[in-house]
Amino acid sequence: MRPGKFAYHRAETIDAALELLTNNEDAKVLAGGHSLIPALNLRLAQPEMLIDIGRLENLRGIQANGSLMIGALTTHAQIETSAAVQQYCRALSAAVSKVGDPMVRNRGTIGGNIAHADPASDPPTVLLACDSIIHLQGPDGTRTVPVQDFFLDLFTTDVQPNELVTGIEVPNMSDHKTAYAKLTHPASHYAVVGVCVAVKMDGDTCDHAHVAIGGALPKAMRSPGAEAALAGTTLDDAALNAAAEALMDEIRAEVMGDVYAPEAYRTAMAGVYLKRAIRQALAS
Amino acid sequence: MQVSITVNGKRYERNIDPRMLLVHFLREELGLTGTNIGCDTSQCGACTVHLNGKGVKSCTCLAVQVDGMDITTIEGLAQNGALHPMQEAFWELHGLQCGYCTPGMIMASTAYLATNPSPSEEEIRGSLEGNFCRCTGYQNIVAAIKSAAEKMQQEPVGV
Ligand SMILES: Cc1cc2nc3c(=O)[nH]c(=O)nc-3n(C[C@H](O)[C@H](O)[C@H](O)COP(=O)(O)OP(=O)(O)OC[C@H]3O[C@@H](n4cnc5c(N)ncnc54)[C@H](O)[C@@H]3O)c2cc1C
Ligand code: FES
Ligand code: FES
Repeated sequence: MRPGKFAYHRAETIDAALELLTNNEDAKVLAGGHSLIPALNLRLAQPEMLIDIGRLENLRGIQANGSLMIGALTTHAQIETSAAVQQYCRALSAAVSKVGDPMVRNRGTIGGNIAHADPASDPPTVLLACDSIIHLQGPDGTRTVPVQDFFLDLFTTDVQPNELVTGIEVPNMSDHKTAYAKLTHPASHYAVVGVCVAVKMDGDTCDHAHVAIGGALPKAMRSPGAEAALAGTTLDDAALNAAAEALMDEIRAEVMGDVYAPEAYRTAMAGVYLKRAIRQALAS
Repeated sequence: MQVSITVNGKRYERNIDPRMLLVHFLREELGLTGTNIGCDTSQCGACTVHLNGKGVKSCTCLAVQVDGMDITTIEGLAQNGALHPMQEAFWELHGLQCGYCTPGMIMASTAYLATNPSPSEEEIRGSLEGNFCRCTGYQNIVAAIKSAAEKMQQEPVGV
């Protein structure tokens, strides 16, 4: 057996899960298990207790009603195949369809993905570009956090030890052109670089653009420089090049590298994938 | 912890340690050693089984998580002694060399065909992103899946 010993509780209600979390300091929530179980298998994580929230059906599912409300337990595969998500936010459909592989997408959940906050993951970049809102619940009730304030550092979020992510609210982006371009690590399938853009066009001119980048940084970031370089242009090559330069300048000091993809390579690819994302958005 | 898991149509009641992975439950508790373990990192897909009809990696799932659910393993594909069309196609078109990845390949591709019964070659390749083969170069695996898909279009089967 690979994981170390732990006590296991299957929560039947959100309140029961919250009570267990509050009363057990070294407890961890188990959702799809596709970040946590690999960590248990390698004994990188050895919690004393797992609280399995996988059967809290009211945290699963997608509602489209002005904005998208995606339950925390909704799997990547469910999001990928949702017509409502495709309609409201194509970039999110695109990003989750590139998460790992089909088996990972069948089990992994969006709530677990953002709570884990792996810097190489895909959904956070899209949620950031689309000004999403994270819904949380703790023993004292519910609260919401704009995604800009949710990711604090690598593997670190604003979720408190006794809280659950309950859902993710994504605005209706159908009046924007959105896209997610990913340079995929060939073995792990995680993002080496991932760029999400949401552009609002006014005729041939870009009224405004949202640009977020992930994969290469401790946490996904917006790029004010690239956004400024795109606004008011026709998104011609000169504007795309200027935006790519601005993005690369902004991230250069913070980019993380490894043997496979050193800092300079990731920085350069950030520029390339920004341009690809914009071209994909315009073609959509 | 007491669990009741249906595997290949038969219900098994067992008292297990919560840390037991589904793949170990299948191999060690039930003796169904067709499901292989190929890596430590949830990447290779050798352990792929169907959970309520969908492809999942049984090394990345606790057995207690699937309590009350339905699992199909490679041992459950043949019906009444007749191989599943996917198994036949792998055999006929030489979709394997050492065979280590094969149970996972077959479980992943049968799950995939249930969502897309007549995929293009490119779609087949995409569907195998989570299954690694160290021998074949994938060429014959893709050909086998394509051929099985065509046969199954003519004569649909249960799984
Ligand atoms: C082979 C492989 C490839 C992958 N490739 C990618 C990829 O390309 N891109 C990508 O983005 N991701 C990738 N992933 C990760 C995948 O997206 C995971 O599903 C996801 O990161 C975690 O979701 P989960 O439901 O599996 O969470 P779990 O593993 O169950 O939990 C992860 C963490 O979040 C906490 N948690 C879970 N749910 C909640 C909640 N509702 N509230 C509070 N805390 C919670 C847990 O306590 C734990 O600490 C990959 C995973 C694997 C195994
Ligand atoms: S054993 Fe490699 S993915 Fe399960
Ligand atoms: S046949 Fe040997 S690993 Fe695929």
